[in-house]
Amino acid sequence: MNKGKQVRFMQGNEAVVEAGITAGVRFFAGYPITPASEIAELMSIRMPQVGGTYVQMEDELASMAAVIGASMGSVKAMTATSGPGFSLMQENLGYASMVEIPCVIVNVMRVGPASGMPTHPSQGDVMQSRWGTHGDHPVVVLSPSNVKEAFDLTIEAVNISEMVRVPVVLLSDAIVGHIRERVELPDPASVKLIERKRTSLPPSEYKPFAAGDDCAPEFADRGNGYRYHMCSNVHNEWGFPADSGHEIADRLMRRLHKKIEVFQDRVTYYKTFEVEDAEYMVVAYGCVARSAKDAVKALRSEGIKAGLLQLQTIWPFPAGIVRKFCAGAKKIIVPEMNMGQLINEVRLASGRDAAGVNRADGIAVSPKQIIEKVKAVK
Amino acid sequence: MATVRDYLRPGMLPHIWCPGCGDGTVVGALIRAIDKLKIDRDLVTVITGIGCSSRVNNIMDFNSFQTTHGRAVGFATGFKIARPEMKVIVVAGDGDGAGIGGNHLIHAARRNIDIKVILINNQIFGMTGGQFSPLTPYGAIASTAQYENVEYPFDVCKLMEAAGATYVARGTVYHLSLTEKLIARALEHKGFSYVEVITQCPTGYGKRNKMVDPYQLLMWQKEHAVPVEQAAKLSTKEMKDKFVIGEILVRHDRMEFVEANEQLKEKARRWLKGGGGK
Ligand SMILES: Cc1ncc(C[n+]2csc(CCOP(=O)(O)OP(=O)(O)O)c2C)c(N)n1
Ligand code: SF4
Repeated sequence: MNKGKQVRFMQGNEAVVEAGITAGVRFFAGYPITPASEIAELMSIRMPQVGGTYVQMEDELASMAAVIGASMGSVKAMTATSGPGFSLMQENLGYASMVEIPCVIVNVMRVGPASGMPTHPSQGDVMQSRWGTHGDHPVVVLSPSNVKEAFDLTIEAVNISEMVRVPVVLLSDAIVGHIRERVELPDPASVKLIERKRTSLPPSEYKPFAAGDDCAPEFADRGNGYRYHMCSNVHNEWGFPADSGHEIADRLMRRLHKKIEVFQDRVTYYKTFEVEDAEYMVVAYGCVARSAKDAVKALRSEGIKAGLLQLQTIWPFPAGIVRKFCAGAKKIIVPEMNMGQLINEVRLASGRDAAGVNRADGIAVSPKQIIEKVKAVK
Repeated sequence: MATVRDYLRPGMLPHIWCPGCGDGTVVGALIRAIDKLKIDRDLVTVITGIGCSSRVNNIMDFNSFQTTHGRAVGFATGFKIARPEMKVIVVAGDGDGAGIGGNHLIHAARRNIDIKVILINNQIFGMTGGQFSPLTPYGAIASTAQYENVEYPFDVCKLMEAAGATYVARGTVYHLSLTEKLIARALEHKGFSYVEVITQCPTGYGKRNKMVDPYQLLMWQKEHAVPVEQAAKLSTKEMKDKFVIGEILVRHDRMEFVEANEQLKEKARRWLKGGGGK
């Protein structure tokens, strides 16, 4: 069915499903939750059509476990959830980063804490996506602002997870997830797909956690003589626990972090709008970037030199990009649908203060609010 | 015939278990069952959670991974679907499998997915120092039940039966040849298989319950086990404090999940060709 370029009118959640399939995902395990449920529903229809599997697990702990299990079995796998479910996935998300198993977790954010406002959008999980699981783990988190970006970034999420061997979080929200827009989908044949590197060593020489310069170890499909162990304790290059080896722990931790550094440029996505001469730099991500763009247009029409830096990769935080685009600005404004999460990273990166526009009541930040803020700080 | 040692990973001995622990005996039983059935070693994957029992796959030379506490069955579900040709064996402790992981155990049984769960029931949390587990006997002493345990243990075999498992059995370390046979039968069975093996933990359980010597714990197993055929003739009162051993349930009336899923894919493809509709 999916032949050639297509123009579709689709929901953000639907775009995630189609992109996952295009990127080669053939396993989805999940547990329904608003506003992510459409992803599970559509996966249950689409996965078997493309020869993949949808499993409805008993909860999010099991969903995340099953996703990692499938990926260990060499099948590209993903899950989707929202705030409370994302919290339940955290332990195994940590497992995936420790054992370096590629997988994608979509978090369609809703208002929290707790059950919050189940059907309303939010950006409250920005810090949870960075620091949710225990320990000093590396992460990659992407954030789409519209349906097309939901499609493109889902493909990138799958590719990055395979390339870097890390779990990748796609931080969507109820607005992006539920909005319907016209999108042009690429010919699946033209989409560049990345597969985790497979080892060329014979089983007797293969060490599952030995890594070269890019710090990402090579994978061996199980069977065919590759009989190896993986565990989530601090482990040696053979995958066995080395829980009292401080040196081994140090080496492993540094490598896991370095791995993200090595790939940082290749996982950093952003867009700019009217930034060349901007005196008022709005830094936004996710659904808020839409309002920010409108605000910048309106301000420009009044002769106020505003610009937009839209971050599509939010972790690892693109500090260099933020520094570069904010350097010439008189003021920096960070609108967010939370009480102020990414703003502190912007402050740190730019070495400057920034003004926040915040709301956490389930209502989108409007262009008007951003316009007012720019005028207020002017 | 290969020996158990042929299946052990070079360089991974000595193991971490205490002297007198039952976990190594279960490793022996599992290996002998696999060897007897001539299962290709490359097509065996052992998945564990966290606990002393989870360390079985450090020493056995199969595909293996150790996961998070209680979640091994969830990992195994994804892995089995991805690699249907594999014999997927989960080894869990009683805290790991029936406590924190109890929910996953129930649902995997309900799905009837072809994974084999061997639950090593030493009736205690061993690794964390002898706290009571959901399978610790009523009245026993544990590090978190210093007066006595006032919680009742449950019969996981009955639970598995009710949940929809298609193979359910229980053995002990004392009844070793039976246990080996039960594991072999479970490995041959297509569908969700549960084998509980009652073992001894002299360190976490024995020393607090006046059974310091592993021999005493083995004698306890001998005295409290009742073969399933015999248990059917005994009253509830006579069965008090006793447990059933043997093949408790074998059923063939449920389709295995991975197979059902393959049929679903066929249906979905037909549906797609027909342009949708029922
Ligand atoms: C989420 C989580 N909670 C608690 C622990 C700590 N923990 C490690 S092993 C264990 C108990 C293991 O007992 P059991 O499953 O009976 O196995 P045994 O050690 O007796 O073989 C606990 C509570 C953990 N690792 N993870
Ligand atoms: S604590 Fe108990 S279960 Fe753990 S190794 Fe020692 S004897 Fe075995």
